[in-house]
Amino acid sequence: MGNKEQVRLIDKNGLRVDGRRLDELRPVKLEVGVLDKADGSAYIEHGRNKILAAVFGPREAHPKHIALADRAVVRCRYHMAPFSTDERKSPAPSRRELELSKVIREALEPSIMSEYFPRSSIDIFIEVLQADAGTRCAGVTSASLALADAGIPLRELVAACAAGKIDGQVVLDLSDIEDKKGDADLPVAFMPKSNAVGLLQMDGSMTDSELKQALDMSINACRTIYEMQKDALRRKYHVEREEETEEIAEVKA
Amino acid sequence: MSTTHQPSPLAKLEQKTVHEIIVKGKRIDERGPLDYRPLTITLGSVEKANGSAQVELGKTRILAGVKIQTGTPFEDTPNEGILTVNAEFTPLAYPTFETGPPDEDSIELARVVDRGIRESKAIDLEKLCIEPGKKVFVVFVDIYVLDHDGNLIDAAGMAALGALVSATMQEFEVKGGELRFKESKVAVPMRNYPVPMTSVKIGTSVVVDPCLEEEQVMSCRLTVTTDKNDNVCAMQKGGLGVFTPEEIKQIVSSSIQQSRELREKILSKVK
Repeated sequence: MGNKEQVRLIDKNGLRVDGRRLDELRPVKLEVGVLDKADGSAYIEHGRNKILAAVFGPREAHPKHIALADRAVVRCRYHMAPFSTDERKSPAPSRRELELSKVIREALEPSIMSEYFPRSSIDIFIEVLQADAGTRCAGVTSASLALADAGIPLRELVAACAAGKIDGQVVLDLSDIEDKKGDADLPVAFMPKSNAVGLLQMDGSMTDSELKQALDMSINACRTIYEMQKDALRRKYHVEREEETEEIAEVKA
Repeated sequence: MSTTHQPSPLAKLEQKTVHEIIVKGKRIDERGPLDYRPLTITLGSVEKANGSAQVELGKTRILAGVKIQTGTPFEDTPNEGILTVNAEFTPLAYPTFETGPPDEDSIELARVVDRGIRESKAIDLEKLCIEPGKKVFVVFVDIYVLDHDGNLIDAAGMAALGALVSATMQEFEVKGGELRFKESKVAVPMRNYPVPMTSVKIGTSVVVDPCLEEEQVMSCRLTVTTDKNDNVCAMQKGGLGVFTPEEIKQIVSSSIQQSRELREKILSKVK
């Protein structure tokens, strides 16, 4: 974690800089099917993070030599827009973005039934429009929805959220300043029904017991986000089904 | 773009064997599930580097070199020296390692090693400041994979640590903003010793320090880097499989336990 001038991140009432309790998520807004040409897409606002995810495929793998005989290859690009950060970020992919593309793919791939689509590719694009700590997790959450929106068979949705440590206390979902001035960050992606962690990283300094507490906290938050994901899918697809029923009703009448 | 890897070149039959042996609680090279392979560390074999260490972990062989040069500090840390970690998977080490820009595996490895050193505050970077905001020392840690027989992350992390603790630099003083080197050499200012420990999940079993065959059949791996105070300073999950939270907790606790011995081993070499 970054350099520390002593800043108090938790006040005497046990509230954080943005007024949250220790185990409180930032506001999360999810929307499915936001792009016209992508096969599936989703938009997430998680605190001040604003992220778009799009999925293309299953489609013919290109170049051909990447194709696998027994399942689809999954490709993933996590990218930050140049204007998404305080200082302009060069649009060329950084080492950080390359690493995150890999860990995000490894979080999503276990959920995808890629064995149904041999020789094809499923391409996931995550574009961070505004970054405010926790972009990899918000990226996973939105990309999993985009996969569902593309109609790709999934074992389960993947939800992600970080926990961490600030002012010596374990807290949920670090904001930008907490990430920079805090003691540790632990991003986790989780599939609740399978009880499976697909993404796990950590940096900073935590004891054995703090780490376990933080892991439980982030997994709990993933369960909450998982419900929000299901809601977001229902909002999109429930409406369409209603229209259909109306049409049928009209025909019958 | 990050793409699903081609399947392992290990023959199907061999994969099955590795798997079956693990399920029986044994391992292909006759180790126990929590046994580390024999570890040898040779320090200082590259005289032109400020520090160097060659780690042999079973048949995996990694050479790490430290070079220290002057450079400009980052804007947000004007009083601190800079740490840069880079990894090369040299084409000597494995049939499918190719020349060219670093791929995501070598970037991941370098970044996991970097996180361990950085987050444990292993190097006292403030002591490497020459003129705040203008000039600082840059510590380059370059990791060279020479022979790949699995568990590159641990071997690289230990080689980097070995190279850093044995690294020396010209003693310097700053007078009136002017950098002057003295005759004598001093150690690089170190205050912590991070050691990574990687476990892999094969079937429902977890084993530490995977050899290449085990890596090729693993469902996923978890690296836990711990510091000298038994705190965890970095973690990284890799691979297409998944862990249960219980498995993670188990791995964290046993990694903290086991890394003490490895740290001792590396540090005993320097004294």
